[in-house]
Formats: sequence, structure tokens, C-alpha cells
Amino acid sequence: MLQTFLDSLIADGTFGAIPRDVAYAIGMVAAGAAVVFGFVLNISGVTTFVERRVWARIQSRVGPNRVGPQGILQWLADGLKLLMKEEAIPYAADATLFKLAPFVVTIGFITAFVAIPFSSALIVADLNLGILYITSMTSLVVVGIMIAGWASNNKWALIGGIRAAAQIVSYEIPAALSIFTVILITGTLSTQGIIQQQGWGPWDWFIFHSPFTFIGFFVTFVALLAEGNRTPFDLPEAESELVAGFVTEYSGARYLFFFLVEWGNLYIIGAILVTLFLGGWQAPHITDSVVGMNILQALTFIVKSYLFVILMMWIRATLPRVRVDQLMTTCWKYLLPISFVNFMGTALWVMIWPQGFRFAEIVLTAMGFGLVGYFLYRVAFHLRRSGAQITLSPLS
Amino acid sequence: MSIAGFEVEVERGTGLETEQMTLNMGPQHPSTHGVLRFVIKADGEVMRRAVPDVGYLHRSIEKISEKVGYHGFMPYTDRVDYVAAMFCNQGWGMVTEKLADIEVPKRGEYCRVIAAELNRIASHLLSVGTMILDIGAITPFFHSFREREKINDLLEELCGARLTYNYMRIGGVAWDLPPGYEEKVLGFLGQLEPMLDEFHDLVTENTLFRGRCSNVAAIPGEQAVAYNLVGPNLRASGVRYDVRRDEPYSVYPELEFDVPVGTGAAGSVGDSFDRYAVRIAEIKESMKILRQCFRQIPDGPVVAKVPRKLKPPEGDAQIRVESARGDMSWYAVSDGTEFPYRCKVRTGSFAAMSIIEDISPGLMLADLVTVIASLDIVAPEVDR
Repeated sequence: MLQTFLDSLIADGTFGAIPRDVAYAIGMVAAGAAVVFGFVLNISGVTTFVERRVWARIQSRVGPNRVGPQGILQWLADGLKLLMKEEAIPYAADATLFKLAPFVVTIGFITAFVAIPFSSALIVADLNLGILYITSMTSLVVVGIMIAGWASNNKWALIGGIRAAAQIVSYEIPAALSIFTVILITGTLSTQGIIQQQGWGPWDWFIFHSPFTFIGFFVTFVALLAEGNRTPFDLPEAESELVAGFVTEYSGARYLFFFLVEWGNLYIIGAILVTLFLGGWQAPHITDSVVGMNILQALTFIVKSYLFVILMMWIRATLPRVRVDQLMTTCWKYLLPISFVNFMGTALWVMIWPQGFRFAEIVLTAMGFGLVGYFLYRVAFHLRRSGAQITLSPLS
Repeated sequence: MSIAGFEVEVERGTGLETEQMTLNMGPQHPSTHGVLRFVIKADGEVMRRAVPDVGYLHRSIEKISEKVGYHGFMPYTDRVDYVAAMFCNQGWGMVTEKLADIEVPKRGEYCRVIAAELNRIASHLLSVGTMILDIGAITPFFHSFREREKINDLLEELCGARLTYNYMRIGGVAWDLPPGYEEKVLGFLGQLEPMLDEFHDLVTENTLFRGRCSNVAAIPGEQAVAYNLVGPNLRASGVRYDVRRDEPYSVYPELEFDVPVGTGAAGSVGDSFDRYAVRIAEIKESMKILRQCFRQIPDGPVVAKVPRKLKPPEGDAQIRVESARGDMSWYAVSDGTEFPYRCKVRTGSFAAMSIIEDISPGLMLADLVTVIASLDIVAPEVDR
């Protein structure tokens, strides 16, 4: 799409005598900048604001509501404040690596957006190893965290960095194995290819494809939570234990970058789960207009992913943190065997029913909805029993 | 307790040489509840030893008493333990009354108990809230602080202050209960109960919370007694000792309450979970006491006639108060002048601090935070 657009511009003579390749490069950089500044950076910022407001409601507080209507511009104010702060570099730190770490982390985060499909047309590059590319790029974050932990020359930061490395490397395995269960079904690594083989209805989603993918979804969710350093696996920056973990010595804009990545990663986790298991951008075909369908698809995708972001906020607000040994036990003794069984089971399932098994899909869909319904019933039960006054307006 | 822990120990002879890391936790650290300092010798994530280093919050409160006189010292006692200041007020009041042989009117005693038990609930709510915050959950902390805030409102109405109350006087209390106080307190207790149930669902039954607390730093009863642990920490180890019941003071003999002890509900007796559970149980006992107090409180004056220039006869006196952090002992010597000759406070947090070095070997780094929080160490009370 970008190429046809650039071709038309070149034909119009917009680029003058500039060679075709250079024009392409300029176009790609411009498109990349538009994506990064228009969406990627903003989604992190907005997520921090949403998280603070969601937490506030959970914790019977009001939350930030002063900057802009309902405090919606709070994240901009916070970002500006951090940008204007002095960037202190500890005297004993390895200054080069210390400055490098935030960039490595940010690169690992931003480049992952390349292969995330927002709609059938809205994707930066439909790589043929898309999902593998996303997982490997998000793993680059751990390199940055390790560098940050080491270069700070602070023992708390070092422990945070080492914890992050151990945790992310361990949880990569169950995450990758669970992702491969989906790859077994689709036969393609391309993110668009994976989504095109699902439908808009829940019964066509891969989560309900077989019992193994159903379990695989939860394994992936837990493993990705751990990879994203989210509660209950937020050990690398466990505030009450390690002061601030690997960001202990950071300040100003560099600190901002780490937080940008942390909150942006939430969206990537949601996007990976939605792409693999929940039908991606697939929306019912209600209009023949290509632009209209793409807008609908993009909305579907963003809403689905953001539901996971909010779920992760809820989890973070509620659950305590696990200990290092419990973290490793969860991974190596439970998640890893489960994901192996899932992998083998899915392989068998695909061998027996290459086109899928309709009955199982319907039963699993019903089960999934039953689970969600039971969960909501329990929430309502607790709310009734506690006699809590539920209001949606934070000021009442 | 030296800081000699800083030299590096290298284990040789195994072919694999490992070095222990010396970590300095505090005095400024998010989970040391004030300014505590620990020198930790760690082998990776496992602690070999954690040496507490006290003295960062020493304000010479005991020495101040020698310069400001008996009445003037009352506001300073608030600062001994600012989380549960009523008990320090009560301790100083009681020790002076014993020195000068002053009788407190019945209504005054009841006012003291009502204020103290409200303060106990507030202190325990703070303790369990921060413990859960240190374990990593954020919401339960806000829920417990929301309730504590209501107690602060109640105590503000009673004495005008929310943290350093300065409510009690030698010979009684400063002010009688404000009108309509009974309804307000009973109304608060009525809505604290469902909140405790909610707290129970959210925290006590949480698998992750239990995983973090059960069998962590279990202190057997004998060790707890040997280290002079007091209060909820001692009772969590299964020793049923409470000053209010075993050496009764004030009007506690007229009140009925249980002394909850640790049962090992989530693992072994005396672990971090038991210390948490005992505090929750004590909140319920305090609620029981408050309800009885309002039923039994007589009419009459709240403060005895005490001379402005109080000159107790020569001699010394020692009393004990069951503070939120346990047996708080006050000792004062009078030389017949209007200034005390010597005053000494013995607090629960100091003893709890000393046991950490003994129970720390083998714990994970993250467990140390749980242990500090579950022992409910309040830094100003350690140093005074």
C-alpha cells in the first residue's frame, strides 16, 4: 500500500529528481515516524493514565483528574516533567552503557510494532515470520534491562537486571511453545496469515479450536505477563524489595523511556494474544467499503487488545508478587510440561482433524462463555455481599 | 552488633569460588518502614545473614523528660511510637500516677481504654496493610488505610489530632467524649466488620499471599520468649500472654475479651502468616472491647485533681501497657523535684528487631521484607 502511494507520488513528480530508492527510504522513514509518534508512544502514555484511573476506582480513590478534562492530559504533563528533569549519571557508573540501555529497550519495544496487524491493510510489514519476529524483538528488551542493571553500578539494580534475565529467558520457552501450538494449526508464521485463518465469531477463534489451544491461551497469557515484568511477576523492579530494580539510578528522560516501554509492552502482550487466539482484527462483513471495513477491523483489534491491558491492570492492582523460587517453580515445573503436552496434543489434533472439529469448538466456546459468566456472577455476588456502593462517576 | 560485616568472605577449597555480596538495605529503602538499616550478606538471592543497625531515629526522648517535667512530657510521648501514640500517653500517665499516687476517675479510665482500643485497630490496620504492600499487592493497602482514616477522624473529634494525639493527662484524659460519640464509633464498627470480611477474601485466602507468608521465618515459642518478643509477635508463636489479661491495668478486668494466638493455619506456628492472622483477630477483639466500654462507661469526671507543679515523692515506679506492638514498659525515677530524674521506655519493636539477625539465615531477600513487615517494626519505637 505504501509502495503504490509512493509510486503515485513519484509519478506526480513530488520527489523531483530524487532516485526512486531514496524516495522509498524517505517515505518509509516518514511512515515509521508517523506510526511511532502517532500511535506507539501515545498508547504507552494513555495506558499510564488509564491505569492510574482504573487503580483509583479499584482502590476507592479518585485518581488524577486535574490536567485536562477528567485528567486525560495527565500523561503528557508527567512526560514533560520527566523530560525537563536533570539526567543524573552516577559517578561510578559505566556512562556509555548507562546511556545506551534505554535505547536498546526502546528499540526492542518499538520495532515489535512492525509486524502487529491492526487491520487487513493496516500493518507496517506483513513479514513471513511475523510472530517469531515479534517475540524475538520483545526479547531484546531484556538485553537493555541487563545493560541497565550492570551499568548502574548499583547492587539493587544489578539484582534487578539478573532477575529480569533469568525470568524472561525462562518464560520465553513456555511462551514460544504455546505460540507454536497455533503455528501448528495455521502452518504460517505471518501474523496476517494467522488472523485470516480465524473468523469474526468466537467459535472460529483459535482459543476454542481444541482443548489444547484453550489451555495454551492461559499458558501464553501467564508467560507473557512474566516476560512483560507485570504483577504477579514484577520481580525485576519489585519496589518493596529492590528499591526500583534496574531503574534505581535512572532519572529524567532515560527513566521515561523505561516506563514508556513497560506500559507499551502491555499493549503488545494484548496484541499477541488477540492475534494468536482471539481472531485478531476479524470483524463481521457489514460494509463493502474497504476503508470502512479497515476502520471497523482496527477498532475491533484495538478494543480486544485493550481489554487485556485493562485485565492486566486489574491483576496488578489485586495480586501480591511471587518470590523468585516460586517464579521459577511455576515456569519449569508447571508451565513448561503443560506447554509440551499442549504442543504434542495439538499436533495429534491437527493430524486427526486437519479442518478442525466443529463439535469441540462449539463446546469449548460454550465453556468459555460459561467461565466468563460465572466469573461475573462471582464478582456481582461479592459486590452484593459487601454492600458496596458502586458508582461509575469518580466524584460521587 | 558491629558493622564488621563489611569485609568480604570468600569460600575457597571447592574449586568453585563464590563471593558473598554485601548489600546495604536502608536507611532509605521503601520497605524499611522509616529509617532502619540492615547489612545483608547475600549469596545470590539467599541471605546468609542480615544484621540490623539501629539508631537512625534516636531523638533522646527519655532525656527530654528530665528537662520538661511530668506534665510537659506528655506531648513528647506521642513521638515514641507515632503509629500508636495513645499507648505511650497511657504509659506515661500510668507511671506518673503510680509515682505520685493519683487515682484516675472511672470515666477517665474508660475514655482511655476507648481511645487506646481505637488506636490499636488503627495500628493493626496499618501493620497488615503495609505488610501486604511490601509483598506486592497495592489495593488491600488502600482498603485498610481507608478504614484507618475513619479512625483518625474519630480520634480527631476526640482530641483534635490525627496522629500525635496528646489526649491523656496525668490523672485522666484531657476531654470527655464528645456528644454523639457512641453512635459514631458503633456505626464505624458496624461497617468495619464487612470490610474485614472483604479483606479476608482478598488477602487471607489468596494463594500467592499464603505462598509468600506460610512457613516463612517461623519463630517457635521458646525462641520468641528467649528473644523477649512481645505482643502479637509473641502470641503468633503460640504463647498466650497479654498484659491486659495477665497483669491487668486500667479497667481491663471488667472487660471480656479473648487473647488470640497463632495456630499455624497456613503452615507452621509462628510464621509470617500467623503474625498477620493474629493481628486481624486482635482487631476483632478490640471491637468487642469497644462495644463493652460504651455499655459500661459510668458518668463522672474524666480527670483527677492534679497539682500544676507535680512533685511526686522520691522513689521509682514501673508499669506495663499492652501497646499495639506489645508489652510496653515505662520506668520513671523521681527525686522529689518537679522534673523526673530518669525515664526509660522498653518497646516491642526493639526486641523484634534483634530477632531478625537470628532468623534471617537461609531466607530469600524478598522474605526479609515480609519478616520486617510481619514483625510490625516501627522505626521510631526502636530508637526513641
